[in-house]
Amino acid sequence: MSYMSNFFEKSDVSRKEAESIISDTLQKCDDGELYLENSKSESILLDDNKIKNSSYNSDLGFGFRAISDEVVAYSHSNEISKNSLKQSSENLKSTLKSVKGTYNHEIPKSNKKYYDNINPIEQKSLNEKIKILNDVNDYLRSKGDKVKQVTANFLGEQKSVEIIRSGGETLSDVRPLVRFNVSVMMEKDGRKETGVYGVGGRQSYESYLKDENWKSVCDEALRIASVNLESKPAPAGEMKVVLGPGWPAILIHEAVGHGLEGDFNRKKTSAFHNLMGQKVASEGVTIIDDGTIDNRRGSLTIDDEGTPTEKTVLIENGILKNFMQDRLNARLMKTRSTGSGRRENYRHIVLPRMRNTMMLSGKQTQEEMIKAVDKGIFAVSFGGGQVDITSGKFVFNCTEAYEIVNGKIGSPIKGATLIGDGPSILKEVSMVGNDMMMDPGIGTCGKAGQGVPVGVAQPSILIDKMTVGGTKL
Amino acid sequence: MVKDQEFLKKKASYCLDLAKKLGATDSSVVVKNSVSETVNFRNKKLDEANRSDDLGISIITYVGKKKSSISSSNLLSDNLNILIEKCVETTKNTPEDEFNSLPDKDLLAREVKDLDLYDDSHIANDQKIDYLKKLEAAASNDKKIVNTESSFTQNKSNFVLANSKGFCDGYKTSSFTASSVTVAKDEKSMERDYEYSSKCFLKDLDDADELGNLAANQTIRKLSPKKIGSEKIAIIFDKRIAKGILSTFASAISSSAISRGTSFLKDKVNQKIFSDKINVFDKPDMLKGLGSRNFDSEGVKTDTLKLVDHGILKHYLIDTYNGKKLNLKSNGRCGGTSNLYFENGNICFKDLLKLNSKSLYIIETIGHGSNIVTGDYSVGATGFLVENGEFKYPINEITIAGNFKDMFQNITLANDLEFKYATNAPTMLIEGMVVAGK
Repeated sequence: MSYMSNFFEKSDVSRKEAESIISDTLQKCDDGELYLENSKSESILLDDNKIKNSSYNSDLGFGFRAISDEVVAYSHSNEISKNSLKQSSENLKSTLKSVKGTYNHEIPKSNKKYYDNINPIEQKSLNEKIKILNDVNDYLRSKGDKVKQVTANFLGEQKSVEIIRSGGETLSDVRPLVRFNVSVMMEKDGRKETGVYGVGGRQSYESYLKDENWKSVCDEALRIASVNLESKPAPAGEMKVVLGPGWPAILIHEAVGHGLEGDFNRKKTSAFHNLMGQKVASEGVTIIDDGTIDNRRGSLTIDDEGTPTEKTVLIENGILKNFMQDRLNARLMKTRSTGSGRRENYRHIVLPRMRNTMMLSGKQTQEEMIKAVDKGIFAVSFGGGQVDITSGKFVFNCTEAYEIVNGKIGSPIKGATLIGDGPSILKEVSMVGNDMMMDPGIGTCGKAGQGVPVGVAQPSILIDKMTVGGTKL
Repeated sequence: MVKDQEFLKKKASYCLDLAKKLGATDSSVVVKNSVSETVNFRNKKLDEANRSDDLGISIITYVGKKKSSISSSNLLSDNLNILIEKCVETTKNTPEDEFNSLPDKDLLAREVKDLDLYDDSHIANDQKIDYLKKLEAAASNDKKIVNTESSFTQNKSNFVLANSKGFCDGYKTSSFTASSVTVAKDEKSMERDYEYSSKCFLKDLDDADELGNLAANQTIRKLSPKKIGSEKIAIIFDKRIAKGILSTFASAISSSAISRGTSFLKDKVNQKIFSDKINVFDKPDMLKGLGSRNFDSEGVKTDTLKLVDHGILKHYLIDTYNGKKLNLKSNGRCGGTSNLYFENGNICFKDLLKLNSKSLYIIETIGHGSNIVTGDYSVGATGFLVENGEFKYPINEITIAGNFKDMFQNITLANDLEFKYATNAPTMLIEGMVVAGK
């Protein structure tokens, strides 16, 4: 445990004293814990031919939570001291005036780990990182004078968390996370377009950059920008859409993922809340949310309540099987936590969140899908998406797409927004490809002002009807 | 209690002194404390109470033309010593950039005016609960409302910005925010909407009943929406969406986008980019303004700027680094705009609705569909069909698209500007956009 933080080492409160404050505060609550966090992160940015920014952040703090029935009391501070803990405890008690619950001590255990205990920031020197960024800049700018702007950055983080529950039970995790991003802007005949690509996950930088792998990241960003330089206005209206494998699975994340999170379903504000056990997708569509894939960006050994993560089947062969749950929503819905309780950091309360959300492979090929489309679009890459979980409407923005005419891929089209209806879109899926692929490891999901790292995966799919938000009528 | 100026200044000067001792030729530091208390209600019952106390520090050190930064929430001296040492060390190993520097001394703010940004009154959680009870009672009056979630937050902040050129100042700010999110349901649909009020002073906050009623009514009117066909149509943006278009304009004239060449408004100063009647102001010294400030995040004084004068772009938003690169002086916009707004148009809301026999009134957009490199705009939208000035029926699952270059030239503004956010716009009509639907 070389990197485990000792949160009480330089504090005036001992672990024993903290444990007794926790037990005293939570004794008649239904659940709750003290969450301690120590994170170190760095960001090194090359932009406009220069190292624009090298910054380092160290963050330390605790969040103290007490739950009674449906009510959550939360208090956080970045001062781990006796005074501060006691003040938080008083604050929680004053919110939950008359508690008469029974603390649920039960929490599942597992010895499995899905990433190594490393500090990626220290595994590569600043000078090495700067050299790679400069090499990236030189490499991209050597690709012709159409390249007008290059931005590249490293983001690295190590987060140590500790969860102390009533009675002193302690769970801990050390989570590495890195990301390497490249953005290139090209100009041709006065027209400017950008291409963006990146890689990352819970391993050392070296795992993603070895053998000059950074060149393939650059090539991909360059390819997307070049394609977009030739793009023409996107069509407007309902049509067939073929999605490529991998990152386009943010469709799954937006269209159904958020709607299957426990909180929205307990509150009955999700368009899916009354559809459990029912057919919500075409036959052949199976969607899981998996926190247990080694070294993936969305993977977690334990969630932020200490529950080991798992592979949760959400939709099996078209039928809705499970929601994603944290402890609070699981208890109120009389089910179990799926290890989906997450928070951005100690400043935030736990919410049920996605990890790596994946649609599994089917039998068809991408060629069959393209051939089946008379008029439609083929979307290969996306910028981001958003959903209104209540109405079920979701959007996502294409960053690389082509028109399909009479079964053949045609010209590239400009970035357009695609809009659909979550509960019905998966019934429009008429082919599922045999080419499932993970995304490159760059996704961040936002909910209630909290961003957490997530992953997505899917094979190519054909959607029979979706609205494409272009400008060409 | 939020930490006082004396405490923050002591921490700041400790950091500046240490950075100098360790070899920094210049440095700047921000120390900020923010204490907030939130109470959340759901379906007329207490749902969550949250107290947060955040103390943070961020330091930039320079060694000649080299620069690096650190930030931390751990202000114990031991930790600060390690971090500042690391920062100076990193700075020395970072390549030079000729434009790196603190702001010129003559641009630093000299006087700090009292802009009425701090209200000393404290609203206890029990009083917040009283407000929320009233709000939720109003919000859930109608049987179609099936879920209400409301929130009340009091925030008190204090900060100090100091640099090695002798600047050292800061001030307290406060905010009181109430919001309500409601869900309405009928046989055909379920919809969500919200209302919100945020003020520097507690006594200025909207009435609880009014807020609850507005949230509920705005949600109920969205029920049973239809999808319309794809066509070219006049679009009217509700104020809460129109302000987003102004924010996109602000990012496109930020000196960083301009100096990097990644904005569709590069080289457009003194050119006509909006229709004739459009004027845009950024006014930092509004009393009680939600975006008011005495100086920008580098300590540079901020004056009111008329960014757009009768359609003509007059200024970029300039910080020190990008200013030096563009050979322009900082106009105190490091960290963005302050109170940014479109001046009122000269037509009332009702008449704006009647300008076209058929138009689409947009109350919500989703997606990140604004591209400031190309000016392309494409987002998912929710709204109403308006015919001959009358609201006909709700519409959703459509997208609206255009290019800002054209959109800006086709803006007509109503005369209903209010200062509800830091960035504000009157109701806005844009002709010639494309709706994609069925």
